[in-house]
Amino acid sequence: MSSVDAALPAARSREESILAGNLRDFLANRMSVAASLICLAFCLIAIFAPMLAPQNPYETDLLRRLQPPAWMDGGERGFWLGCDALGRDVLSRMIYGTRVSIMIGVAVVLLATVIGTTLGLLAGYLRGPVDIVIARVCDILLGFPYLIFAIGLMAMMGPGLQNIILALCYKEWVLPCRVVRAETLAAREQDYVEAARALGASRWHIMRREILPNILSPVIVVATFRMAYIIIAEASLSFLGLGVQPPTASWGSLVADGRAFLLDAWWVSTFPGLAILALVLAINVASQGLRDAFDPRLSR
Amino acid sequence: MSPLRLAERLLQLIPVLLGISVIVFAMMALTPGDPVQIMLGDSLADQAQRDSLRRDMGLDLPVVERFFRFLGNALTGNFGLSFFHRRPVMDVILERLPATIELTLVAMLIAIAVAVPLGVIAAVKRNSLLDRIATVGSMLGVSMPGFWFGILLILLFAVNLHILPVSGRIGFGYEVKMATGFVLIDTLMAGRLDSFLDALRHMLLPAVTLGLAMSALLMRVTRTSMLEALSQDYVTFAEAKGLSRLRVVGRHALKNALIPTVTVAAIETGSLLGGNMIIETVFGWPGLGRLVVEAIFSRNYPLVQAAVLIYATTYVLLNFLADLLYTVLNPKVRL
Repeated sequence: MSSVDAALPAARSREESILAGNLRDFLANRMSVAASLICLAFCLIAIFAPMLAPQNPYETDLLRRLQPPAWMDGGERGFWLGCDALGRDVLSRMIYGTRVSIMIGVAVVLLATVIGTTLGLLAGYLRGPVDIVIARVCDILLGFPYLIFAIGLMAMMGPGLQNIILALCYKEWVLPCRVVRAETLAAREQDYVEAARALGASRWHIMRREILPNILSPVIVVATFRMAYIIIAEASLSFLGLGVQPPTASWGSLVADGRAFLLDAWWVSTFPGLAILALVLAINVASQGLRDAFDPRLSR
Repeated sequence: MSPLRLAERLLQLIPVLLGISVIVFAMMALTPGDPVQIMLGDSLADQAQRDSLRRDMGLDLPVVERFFRFLGNALTGNFGLSFFHRRPVMDVILERLPATIELTLVAMLIAIAVAVPLGVIAAVKRNSLLDRIATVGSMLGVSMPGFWFGILLILLFAVNLHILPVSGRIGFGYEVKMATGFVLIDTLMAGRLDSFLDALRHMLLPAVTLGLAMSALLMRVTRTSMLEALSQDYVTFAEAKGLSRLRVVGRHALKNALIPTVTVAAIETGSLLGGNMIIETVFGWPGLGRLVVEAIFSRNYPLVQAAVLIYATTYVLLNFLADLLYTVLNPKVRL
């Protein structure tokens, strides 16, 4: 017992130095750091939306119908990116739309990661029938076309925040589940797990306290990568009119709002789309840096 | 692949397809609202007529029995009547299917034609300016929301430059009699070159939009596998023999480097199906994807159900074909 305790601090400090090294690698990659800062900025915009938005995003004013951006003829200070067909300020609606995109992205990835990690740990550690059942369900879900079923689910369940999260989650957990299962299978044969088992630790304790902390980095890498996809998927659903309902602003529905007025008001569709591109690009670049630093095995 | 392995792999498709049909059926069963009510709308049908319609549609049966009925009907391509069109759902779908298949194939061709040469050049001239541009471009491509990219293209080429049409499949006055449903083939068969070119102009923007994400992905895959192939001994050997660079790259490395590209292309064709629904909506393309989106909003559930089932089955079969292709191309892999 005492020898195990004595070995622990040494192991932990080595673990920390690996993490610190990973972090140093990540911080050395200037592109990824810049991209992470952009992601952070978007999060701050989402949190402080009511303070940042120059106008009320829901206030319609038909006199300002399709008013151009501030720097163009007919533009007006305070309505920087112009107005939509109901005279609502595009910039303010975009700022509020950030909330929807980020909230849904985070909620879906978080939920999927928690479900996937739990099932992956159970499958990988317990093996046997539990593993077989979970693996079969994963196989079946992997055969499902993601967006088509999400669209079908939204069509049937009807729009709404909770339903979008469910429609995007239905198969999202499969990926973290598979990654965690594979990592757990490898980890359960390691000495530290063997030692914990010899000390009489419960299965639950071993999964949660011994294995989980050691396999977290691939889980985090996968989660950040998927966030980009989920944000585009949510925007696509909202664009089709299957996302959050009006008058709530979502980037996808803002792009759709401007589609009918492309001839005389290009700004209504263009700026919200640019916001989606900026956030998704930033997440992709940041997660690539994260992957290179924390889990080089996943690099292609 | 041995015939036995092939049979096993085919058998594995059954639970997947069964799972898909259970969920598609459940979607319908759990949908709020009474199908009879939706179908009849505000018509003056009395209770007896409603009950008889309910019996005709099999809605009075227990759920399990209804599922097996649905499955049996689906296997024979019978999905009932479309609420809106008052015609068999399958007829309506088959009418729209060629437009979607045509668009998907052209998008795939464009994606491959752009991605493969770019990926090869980026790998051969590694770390050059062109390589960097290609890498940044592919990052942009995967991060781009397709529906917005389509709108930008419309703004640029149709609204501002007036060189390409905004939407539709063929211009007014260029229509030809449809025989195969594939407009590029039908126009050629009718001997109308002007119609063919017009159809091509209509197809360009939607196909490029649909193919964008795929070409970004394919370029990355091609670049990576080409880099790997170039580092192999047989390439060094071929160079040592004094073969020209072009010959080494074109004849020796490319053949091996393309294996992952072909596989990814086959798998990604399945995801193009999902993109279809969105891109067809943006460009007013009269295909299955737009039909489904319209059906969702008119609560035409039998059509949605049938289309989702058909899309999902196609997706599963495409993935199966991709697996097969991978084993055929790469004898080292045993599935």
